[in-house]
Amino acid sequence: MTAAAEIATEAPTMPAEPHDSVAARIGRAVAKAPLQIFLILVALLWLVPTFGLFITSIMPTSLVSQEGWWKFFSHPSIATFSNYRALYDNSTITSSLRTTAEIAIGGTVLPILIAALAGYAFAWLEFPGRDILFVVVIGLLVVPVQMALIPIFSIYDHLGLFDTVLGLVLFHTAFGLPFAIFLLRNFFVGIPRDILESARIDGASEMRIFIRLILPLGLPAIASLAIFQFLWTWNDLIVALTLARNTQPITVAIFSQMREFGTNVDIIAPASFISLVVPLIVFFAFQRYFVQGLLAGSVK
Amino acid sequence: MTDAGITADGPPAPTAPGGPGVVQRYGMVAVFLAPAIVVLGVWIVYPTVYTIVRSLFGASGWDDFVGVHNYRTLFSDSNLRTAIKNNAIWVAVIPALVTSIGLVFAVLIERIRWSVAFRLAVFMPMAISLFAAGVIWRIQYQQDPSLGAINAAVASVKNAVSPPGVLSTASPSTKALSGSPQKDGLQLRSPVRKGSVALLGVTAINITEIPKTSKQAVKPQPDPSGITGVVWRDFKPGGGKPGVLEHGEAGLPGVTVELRDSSGHSVATAKTGDDGDFVFPSVASGSYHVAIGASTFAKPYGGVGWLTSKLITPAIMIAYLWVWAGFAMVVIAAGLAAIPRDVLEAARTDGGSEWQVFRRVTVPLLAPVLSVVFITMIINVLKVFDVVLAVAPESVQPDANVIALAMWRTSFGGVNDFGLGSAIAVLLFVLVVPVLLLNVRRFRREV
Repeated sequence: MTAAAEIATEAPTMPAEPHDSVAARIGRAVAKAPLQIFLILVALLWLVPTFGLFITSIMPTSLVSQEGWWKFFSHPSIATFSNYRALYDNSTITSSLRTTAEIAIGGTVLPILIAALAGYAFAWLEFPGRDILFVVVIGLLVVPVQMALIPIFSIYDHLGLFDTVLGLVLFHTAFGLPFAIFLLRNFFVGIPRDILESARIDGASEMRIFIRLILPLGLPAIASLAIFQFLWTWNDLIVALTLARNTQPITVAIFSQMREFGTNVDIIAPASFISLVVPLIVFFAFQRYFVQGLLAGSVK
Repeated sequence: MTDAGITADGPPAPTAPGGPGVVQRYGMVAVFLAPAIVVLGVWIVYPTVYTIVRSLFGASGWDDFVGVHNYRTLFSDSNLRTAIKNNAIWVAVIPALVTSIGLVFAVLIERIRWSVAFRLAVFMPMAISLFAAGVIWRIQYQQDPSLGAINAAVASVKNAVSPPGVLSTASPSTKALSGSPQKDGLQLRSPVRKGSVALLGVTAINITEIPKTSKQAVKPQPDPSGITGVVWRDFKPGGGKPGVLEHGEAGLPGVTVELRDSSGHSVATAKTGDDGDFVFPSVASGSYHVAIGASTFAKPYGGVGWLTSKLITPAIMIAYLWVWAGFAMVVIAAGLAAIPRDVLEAARTDGGSEWQVFRRVTVPLLAPVLSVVFITMIINVLKVFDVVLAVAPESVQPDANVIALAMWRTSFGGVNDFGLGSAIAVLLFVLVVPVLLLNVRRFRREV
């Protein structure tokens, strides 16, 4: 399932028919035309909203509340980056972007590190109750974040973790762990036993085996996990909305700009576009790993 | 210490039951597992227990034990009932819809050469946040067709079918004209007959609605065999005298004028020229009424109220569908690729039509993948939150309410009732658990 899963994999091509006449080929192409047109329309339907957001973001502030983005094409010379310029000078937005990056990086590295350690223990260390504990850990996948918001809100208040990047990172770490441990343990189990045994016979410590063997060999799984975790933390709204006030990521910053009627689209549109450029880059650069992770267990 | 071999191999404490290096070995396990156990314990296990217990207490805290009162409120409070009802609609509609759309896309893209591009386009929204996706759609949903793309599309179709009138805002300048403009047009009170000249003065016209070709209004000459007249803007800068055609008052071109017989039926129509004049040549004798037709006053299309209480949930669902269809498509396409080609070929050679092959072979073989997508979507939909917050304007949010949003609003959105908030969280938990256990069972099979 996984091997054929990448988006960029060509769909299985129909068996070639060498004796085709040109007429037959044209005939088939014509027969397929309605399907082609339908799928082109669908693809456009999926692209247009995001494209519209981008066009909205480069329209002059004065026009944004007067005309729709598609009228831009009747006078494309009005394109301006002044909205982005204004965002650059808007310290709330710039600091929220930095916060988002910090949360996303911390919320990616920490859970993967902890999950790799635990995944190795579940895969290759012997101890009583190992399998039961593993099932319990996976079982924690059923807990929605809503179950933790109220108590963690209270705990953070006492510990001084409220409104801090560390507090948000730790929360994301916890809720990323069950899936991460599941994925890494299953990947590590597939590493040939001989490699580990010979390293142990050579006298390597478990920690050394973990760092020198397991982590490099587990890289494909770690990569797809990292992309998942990065996108999940970068795109989070509810956790930051609850556990932070001034240390806000970009989603919360945009949310606090929302008004009943979209009068400040000139801030919301470019800020939203910036917020989705990073995930899009990550997605297009690593979509292979992304889809692999998706297929390995899509449950979050 | 003298015998090096013993210290290396033998147990440091002979009483340890597990053989050599038990403490070291379990110490090592602890080093690997402790971080995970601590984080999971503090951030998930403890909070879960806390929330369950907290749900039995009231808003003011631990000294306010209320038993199951909060759970009764869940089903008696009208806001929460709306949330539960909406979430039920979400669960009933979205998983089935997402799975079917994903299946259709997955099957169709096997027949095109540019399937990679198609997949990337449809899958792309998965990468961006549900919140940003909500913002994108919120902008497209604006009601004014000149701002919201969706209503602009609807309006362009609607206006092509029934175009807006030339004078959508006009009203009579004097009592000489009467009627309700949008319904039956404006009719001249006094009847006309052959040779009459009808003066139809209207006012309150939006300046942008006056056609550019408009010229000074001219009172036409009487036509002995027909009826002539003029439709003009009975207003000029400074006001002018109502009912009198003066210099500086513009004729209104393109207006449809009806000639109505005594029973009110339209017997002839004419269009006004650039100076507002019109003519009904060679009219049979008798008494008529002249009127400006209702179509002239038709309002331009005002747009569908996507963001109003009636349509808000479907509107949010469309945005949600846009995000998740790609997920379903990619997972199902992977399942499809795993089906042996010869099975499908065999079915086709046996004379099965494309539909039969799809219905009787492809879908049954895909059943496990389809159920994974379906179950995953149920869980996602139960927890839907960001997209509701992004698409629904604050005043409409009570109508668009869902369980996760109600939980957040109750606990942190001003009310700050942690007791009821905990109860809502537990409800969500209880709803998610059985569904997710199905998925975890699948996990264990894979383990």
